[in-house]
Amino acid sequence: MIEKIKQKIDDLLTKGSVTAVVALVNANGHVAPCLFQKGDDLSHLSLGDSQIPGDARYPLNKVLVTISRQYPDEVLGVLVRGCDQRGLNVLYQLNQLDPDKVVTIGIACPQSLAQACECQKPFPEDCVAGETHEEGISQKGVQEIEAMDLSKRFSFWLGEFSKCVKCYGCRDICPMCFCKECSLECEDLVSKGDLPVDIPVFHLTRAVHMADRCIDCGLCDEACPADIPLRVLYKKTSGIMNTEFGFTSGIKKQEKSPLSLMGPSPEKP
Amino acid sequence: MDYRNTLTTCTYCGCGCNLFLESLDGTLTGTTPCKTHPVNEGKLCIKGWNVHQFVQSEKRLKAPLLRKNGELTEVSWDEALKFTASNLKRIKQTNGSDAVGFLASAKVTNEENFLMQKFARAAIGTNNVDHCARL
Repeated sequence: MIEKIKQKIDDLLTKGSVTAVVALVNANGHVAPCLFQKGDDLSHLSLGDSQIPGDARYPLNKVLVTISRQYPDEVLGVLVRGCDQRGLNVLYQLNQLDPDKVVTIGIACPQSLAQACECQKPFPEDCVAGETHEEGISQKGVQEIEAMDLSKRFSFWLGEFSKCVKCYGCRDICPMCFCKECSLECEDLVSKGDLPVDIPVFHLTRAVHMADRCIDCGLCDEACPADIPLRVLYKKTSGIMNTEFGFTSGIKKQEKSPLSLMGPSPEKP
Repeated sequence: MDYRNTLTTCTYCGCGCNLFLESLDGTLTGTTPCKTHPVNEGKLCIKGWNVHQFVQSEKRLKAPLLRKNGELTEVSWDEALKFTASNLKRIKQTNGSDAVGFLASAKVTNEENFLMQKFARAAIGTNNVDHCARL
């Protein structure tokens, strides 16, 4: 799979279709985000797999936004999985990236990773490598929590939130978070300089903001030092958006979030 | 288009979390935890997440500062070291070695901390060695 990707990247750079490609590299014994330019050595390219598939993924969309802000006229390539593709669709819709300046190099996630992520669509639009597997895996994580009765569920979540060390890792790693003035730093909602964090305001504020934004990449979950099950919480809020509005962020191009519309509620599908 | 992710260790505490300092054309743009490192496994605390902010900060000291007439003024290294040495000597003679306390740091190397306590014990002659974490 990786050879096909290296070939594709080499192709794009040599032909000059892109100025540079945002991908991952194996360097100094670790996997890191990397920018490849024409003539660069591609032999240490990584797809984000270290011990098991997908365990060394990074928010490449975020890197792309950082670079394209400084170089808005350059066409850049980016390595994408299914989640990254959804992320790009949202970023295009929110004017953070220009789709004419982005070329995707798609990889389909292996079945084991798709199952572990309970991913709705573990492959992007244009797949260069990897076998595409079926969509619509059942959301067992959400179902397990919904199986608990309300009071048990309530103490479960309060217990989880109380572990929070307020590192803001969930927000900092999120490829969808780019607000210059973050609600989680607004003194009216979250008090500054205090620990423990305001429970449950902090986490529920984030969950509500993620309802129409989260693309289910799981990086927040992996970045939480307290192992709070953030992903399953955001899966639930996204699920509500799907049930009530038929909306899943990033699945359709140029689809506006129902939460951004003023007026009568959109018709249910 | 010089985009780099430089692998380094966080300087804040003795834990040793590894992270990537993200830079674009020589300016630091952010911090990303290293997911494959055994110490932190892709996680950081709030201090670690904001390491990139102080590195190129304008507020960093570039020269020694000495308080003259109530105001901190820039002086040369020679003047600063002379002032420190002569006053430590004076305090040791007048008030005794134990009048001086030493605060080591998690932000410096083990070797630098060793020198600090060696100076405290052998040069000044006191056991008053503590750590910035107790401030």
